[in-house]
Amino acid sequence: MTLVLEQALNGVQLGVLLFLLAAGLTLVFGIMNFVNLAHGSLYMIGAYFAATFIPWSGSFIVGALLALAAAAAVGMAMEILIFRRLYHRDHLDQVLATFGLILFFNELVLMVWGPAGMTISVPTWLAGQVTVIPDVPYPAYRLAVLVAGLAAAAFLYVLVSRTRTGMRIRAGASDRKMAEALGVNIRLLFTGIAGLGAALAALAGLLAAPLRSVHAGMGEDILVLAFVVVVIGGIGSIRGAFVAALGVGLIDTIGRAFLPRTLDAILSDPIADAVAPALSTTLIYLTMVVVLAIRPRGLFPAPGL
Amino acid sequence: MRPSSPATRWALVLLVALAAAPVLSALAGQMFYVFLLTKMMILALAAVSLNWILGYGNMPSFGHAGFLGIGAYTVAILSVRAAETQGGWLASTFVQLPLAAFFAAIAALVIGAVSLRTRGVYFIMITLAFGQMLFSLGEALEPYGGDDGMNLPLYATIGSADLSSGPVLYYLVLGLLVLALAGSHSLMQSPFGAVIRGAKSNETRLEALGVPVYRYRLAAFALAGAVCGLAGALLANQGGYVSPALAAWTYSAELVVIVMLGGAGTLFGPLFGALAVIGLEEVLSQYTEHWRIIFGPLLILVVLANRGGLSGLFRVRNNV
Repeated sequence: MTLVLEQALNGVQLGVLLFLLAAGLTLVFGIMNFVNLAHGSLYMIGAYFAATFIPWSGSFIVGALLALAAAAAVGMAMEILIFRRLYHRDHLDQVLATFGLILFFNELVLMVWGPAGMTISVPTWLAGQVTVIPDVPYPAYRLAVLVAGLAAAAFLYVLVSRTRTGMRIRAGASDRKMAEALGVNIRLLFTGIAGLGAALAALAGLLAAPLRSVHAGMGEDILVLAFVVVVIGGIGSIRGAFVAALGVGLIDTIGRAFLPRTLDAILSDPIADAVAPALSTTLIYLTMVVVLAIRPRGLFPAPGL
Repeated sequence: MRPSSPATRWALVLLVALAAAPVLSALAGQMFYVFLLTKMMILALAAVSLNWILGYGNMPSFGHAGFLGIGAYTVAILSVRAAETQGGWLASTFVQLPLAAFFAAIAALVIGAVSLRTRGVYFIMITLAFGQMLFSLGEALEPYGGDDGMNLPLYATIGSADLSSGPVLYYLVLGLLVLALAGSHSLMQSPFGAVIRGAKSNETRLEALGVPVYRYRLAAFALAGAVCGLAGALLANQGGYVSPALAAWTYSAELVVIVMLGGAGTLFGPLFGALAVIGLEEVLSQYTEHWRIIFGPLLILVVLANRGGLSGLFRVRNNV
């Protein structure tokens, strides 16, 4: 039972990271009607910036904040230089242009930081273990990731639903022309949202970095998971992204941890050995299929899309 | 599609040049180009199939490389079995290629049945996820190399030769590519093609006319999957190697780039696109190993310029 709880914590932690990525994707899509494949590149860039700034500044927090600011600047530059020219175009064109960005950023990272990849070590004050569940020591850093992710989700919720800026964002999402006519500076708003989405993706990247490795192309695998989250949650819906992210995180983690054993108990060994790895890696995609079979537009379809 | 349009003329010149290329490279002692052109034509074949759904049918699949993967792994599994059992017939090209196409078609039927319930950006994302699912399946295939992939123990045989021979594979691929292009032409002129193209411009109207659009689309999706599986089987024999990377979504995106760059929904677009992408890769990588740093922005510029691909280039020049 404690093992299940521990895996559940791991699942929520993956879910929180996925939410940070998916929130940016779904914001940019919901409001600007723009599909950004290069969102995974911002995740990667956030990790690389942090791996550079943290040793340079000597502090995890300062380095992380610098990395977030730098990634937000990159996101805004992308919006001004490229996204802006493609809002009125077909989604396929947007996907193609941002795929060009992926190629560019992956290669840039290789040229600047070299092919070996980087590591970020866990800050010493988070290196220990904590006991959340009785008798199960849990790494403090993993717990901190979870808390930081939930804090970012809460911040996003307050920003979008409780502030004047959030009101403008929602107005821009539901009727862009009307919001513009009422004096909302849509261009500035869109640039800001691109920056916010970039910062969220970078946060996910730098938080994940001490747990995984920092390397070129790291954004591509997780990007697909983030897409699955966005599709399950309903494109454009932040609430949907949150629910779906936690769901996908839990299903993936628990599936990988327990499915092989469960199958072993039910099926004969050779069959279980053959089926288990395939099934546990595809579990989230099967979840997506089931959700879409029942609700083709996701759990929380955003209005007006 | 007029026989005299400049795009068609250029394409025919290109095909004739391709037919002569191995002889010329043999004379010049540059057999490397045969290898490169074979890869280019296999990608063109995959792109032709993607063009049916993405270009003519407005079904922007981002998981098409998944079918490349299925075709390639079909070959790998048959080749391992053939090596184990000394069962010569399992290694035959005429067994491997149809089976590769068959399994890819089955997968495409299942994937299409779910994906085609959605439209637009949902379709892009779902096909992307399905492609990635096939990629993960490849990684989970431990007996066949897991995420490292594996070398083929045997190449597919064709008569007394096998596909490890450059020219044999080359002319097989060229033949299949010409067949696919001819098929592409008659398919899109047929009533079936009319439905696929009609559904792109006005699906609701076709539905109102009583046409079961979903079934037509699914058939097109499965057919495209089958031909892409065929391309995957050829690709496995071209490199003598299979790996899950063949099914990665970045590979799917590369196929989309080929189709869009060549001109989506044009007969010869995939051929021009494949030539341009492989050619550009080759030329740029002569200057720097970091050729993608140039290719990426170039792609963005092409999209921003929006001229309807290389086929569109011909059309524009013709009209002016």
